[in-house]
Amino acid sequence: MTDSATTPPSQPMAVLPGGEVTEDGPMLAADGRPLKHSLNRALRREKLRAFLLVSPLLIFILVAFVAPIAEMLFRSVENQIVSETLPRTVVALREDQNLPEEAPGEPVYEALYTDLFIAAEYKSHTRLGSRLNYEQTGLSSLFRGTGRDVGRFDTDIYTDQFIEAEPALEDPVAWSNWMADEEIRAALPQTADVWDAWVKLTVEANEDDPLEEDVEDFVYAALYRDLANGAAPAGFPDVDVSGFETVSIKALFEESDEDWVDPQIWQVIETYSPAYTDGYFLNSIDMMNGPDGDAQMRPDDERIYLKLFWRTMWMSLAITFSCIVLGYPIAYLLSTLPLRSANVLMILVLLPFWTSLLVRTSAWKVLLQQQGVINDTLVWLGIVSDANRLTLINNATGTMIAMTHILLPFMILPLYSVMKTIPPSYMRAAKSMGANDWTAFWRVFFPLSIPGIGAGSILAFILSIGYYITPEIVGGTSGVFISNRIAYHISSSLNWGLAAALGSILLALVLTLYWLYDRIVGIDNVKLGG
Amino acid sequence: MAQGSSSEAFVEFERVQKSYDGEKLVVKDLNLALPKGEFLTMLGPSGSGKTTCLMMLAGFETATHGEIRLDGKSINNIPPHKRGIGMVFQNYALFPHMTVGENLSFPLEVRKLGKSEREKKIARALDMVQMGEFKNRRPTQLSGGQQQRIALARALVFEPELVLMDEPLGALDKQLRETLQFEITELAHRLGITVVYVTHDQTEALTMSDRVAVFDDGRIQQLAPPDELYEKPQNSFVAQFIGENNTLDGVVEEIGPNSCLVRLDDGELIDALPVNVTDVGQRTRVSIRPERVESNIERLHPDAHTLPAVVQEFIYMGDTFRTRLKVAGHDDFVMKTRNAPDQPRLKPGQEIRIGWLPEDCRALDP
Repeated sequence: MTDSATTPPSQPMAVLPGGEVTEDGPMLAADGRPLKHSLNRALRREKLRAFLLVSPLLIFILVAFVAPIAEMLFRSVENQIVSETLPRTVVALREDQNLPEEAPGEPVYEALYTDLFIAAEYKSHTRLGSRLNYEQTGLSSLFRGTGRDVGRFDTDIYTDQFIEAEPALEDPVAWSNWMADEEIRAALPQTADVWDAWVKLTVEANEDDPLEEDVEDFVYAALYRDLANGAAPAGFPDVDVSGFETVSIKALFEESDEDWVDPQIWQVIETYSPAYTDGYFLNSIDMMNGPDGDAQMRPDDERIYLKLFWRTMWMSLAITFSCIVLGYPIAYLLSTLPLRSANVLMILVLLPFWTSLLVRTSAWKVLLQQQGVINDTLVWLGIVSDANRLTLINNATGTMIAMTHILLPFMILPLYSVMKTIPPSYMRAAKSMGANDWTAFWRVFFPLSIPGIGAGSILAFILSIGYYITPEIVGGTSGVFISNRIAYHISSSLNWGLAAALGSILLALVLTLYWLYDRIVGIDNVKLGG
Repeated sequence: MAQGSSSEAFVEFERVQKSYDGEKLVVKDLNLALPKGEFLTMLGPSGSGKTTCLMMLAGFETATHGEIRLDGKSINNIPPHKRGIGMVFQNYALFPHMTVGENLSFPLEVRKLGKSEREKKIARALDMVQMGEFKNRRPTQLSGGQQQRIALARALVFEPELVLMDEPLGALDKQLRETLQFEITELAHRLGITVVYVTHDQTEALTMSDRVAVFDDGRIQQLAPPDELYEKPQNSFVAQFIGENNTLDGVVEEIGPNSCLVRLDDGELIDALPVNVTDVGQRTRVSIRPERVESNIERLHPDAHTLPAVVQEFIYMGDTFRTRLKVAGHDDFVMKTRNAPDQPRLKPGQEIRIGWLPEDCRALDP
């Protein structure tokens, strides 16, 4: 009674040694702390230990699984290439009033001239061209061609006129002094911006010293625009630009490629100028951002993804269903056989598992082709004539046959392990009560095996919806899945954004189906055994 | 009693044999007949063939040879679901995806009974096992004892005349087992059904049955009412298997109709009842129940032969004393005496003399 000896007599039974139950107040441990605290302290070490044990796997999953998925989700909306490559153009476009009816005004072209000149030095304009080409064909060659021309644009008339009016303007050292002056910079915003870009370009891309290089034409062009706007900063040579001969940069672009005055091209650039876009997702469901900026369906002959998604879905369902039809009797047989023979049969089921997927699929190619084993046998048996050999491969049929074979073990294993747990006495009990074999099966065995069907179906369906190798090899054109298209965009067309969007939709689809399954059947009803 | 063929037999096995592998007989030449309303228990160690017999009767195993008759008709070729035999399984075999009510309804549905009739019968069967309010529960929500009651109700709900029970109480604790033993017996007698009950628990067999068939090695070793089985075992196996038993080995020295003299291996002479011995000079194993050993030899006949014994251990068990003795070279001879005022409490090392009535000491096969 060491503890209770210290409690006041008014509440003699409040605390009992050893943490016994008291009428009021929290349960206390032997040392007088609340029992919950003591328990938490005792469990903390356990939890820490458990956490340390799983942490290698956790880190691996974070790095190799969660991070790539997050990256993929990000890539499907990320679109910074336009605003990074053409920063000034994007700003100028925002202020432009001409679109969408006609081509933008001169300031946009002036900004584009600077941007493209710099981009051409960095050679980033081709990447931008490829990116925009996904949205509008022809843009890749447009950027590529004009990227070559932009260095030769006749803008040196400004340079010549400035140097003629004030020879000091030819000296890069003088320039750098002016551009270090905050007041001048504030008065000549475009010039300062372009100057900085030129310095950066000279140092980074050309690895030259800007103080020894001739100042580029586009800097003088910017200076002309600033001065023409009426700027007259103190400390900067006072040049009267009112009498200067000018040149239309828009015309220069038009001369390089007349597509530059096509409003539709500019519409595309403007649509994809924000840092994030829904374009990839729209593309994934056969839609696009129309000329008026609203989402609309693509032309009929450009629609492909919805069809592919739909085909992937129904073929996966069909494959899952045929797995059930073929796998259920085998699993039933396995579960009723004595363990020895069941194990032998189980090895036969698992054998394909241990063979390379590629080998198995290629074997199907040998079996299914028009001059293949199956057709030869059918012709030999006289079931089909030689002229009408069945087309079993390079179409949906081929994909279905090969995938059903490959996914069958994924159906049989959970079915078997669930059926194994159904005691044979259930069937006997049903029969002893007067049920014939079929009734006993249908009323007793089958309902109890549904969790196995559920687990097998989820496995087979989710595996098949994302399958790639088999449809690629035996699917031809009518038997390929959405995953093949994703692979194409990743490795061939290099449109990773679209691939990411398609992948994200696929992921969402699987999660939705999983959720639906949980709502309808209940995920508790899924058993992989036990 | 009704062993072998009988005109009024309800269930009858005639020369039934069963082999699973074609090399070994699991059931050897089984002949058994039981009248309507009898509660028969098949008792035996595992692998003795008792469950196989039950499964042949239920129709889940086919007899390799011989005939099984139910109510005079051969059922060898009738599938289990047409035999109309109720069955209770060791693991209850209640369908987990159905409620208690649906479980009971199952045999009635396959018999195509109408809904109202089904309801009536289900209610009656549940009341019979005092489980009326559990109709809408799932089997997994019930305790083991409750599940077994439901299994019993389900086996009875379609009113079979024969009910088979395969170690139905094996998974329950002792107290529950005893309650249910009583309830099952009472119910079987009240309904007048014939029950074939399989167990390896001899107490269960003795307390519940009208007759017990002791199985060993594929044969019925003895078929008799419980008291006869205990007091008059026909052979060494039954004597050893049922209850506690002391055995001594020796040779028959003299033999008469109601008693014989046996010379034990250490030279002592004892009285015994000849059961499985016929000739002088035969080796025999005598069997004496611990509670029939008498340490107060004045109570015995003056001519009775007695044996010297040394007390090894004395255990006080409340209502009885259990004394382990060294007798004729064996130190595992057990004597059980009632806790009575005149009963001496023996001490280890004490030397006493023991004896018994000749009819309590049975000379059996060696």
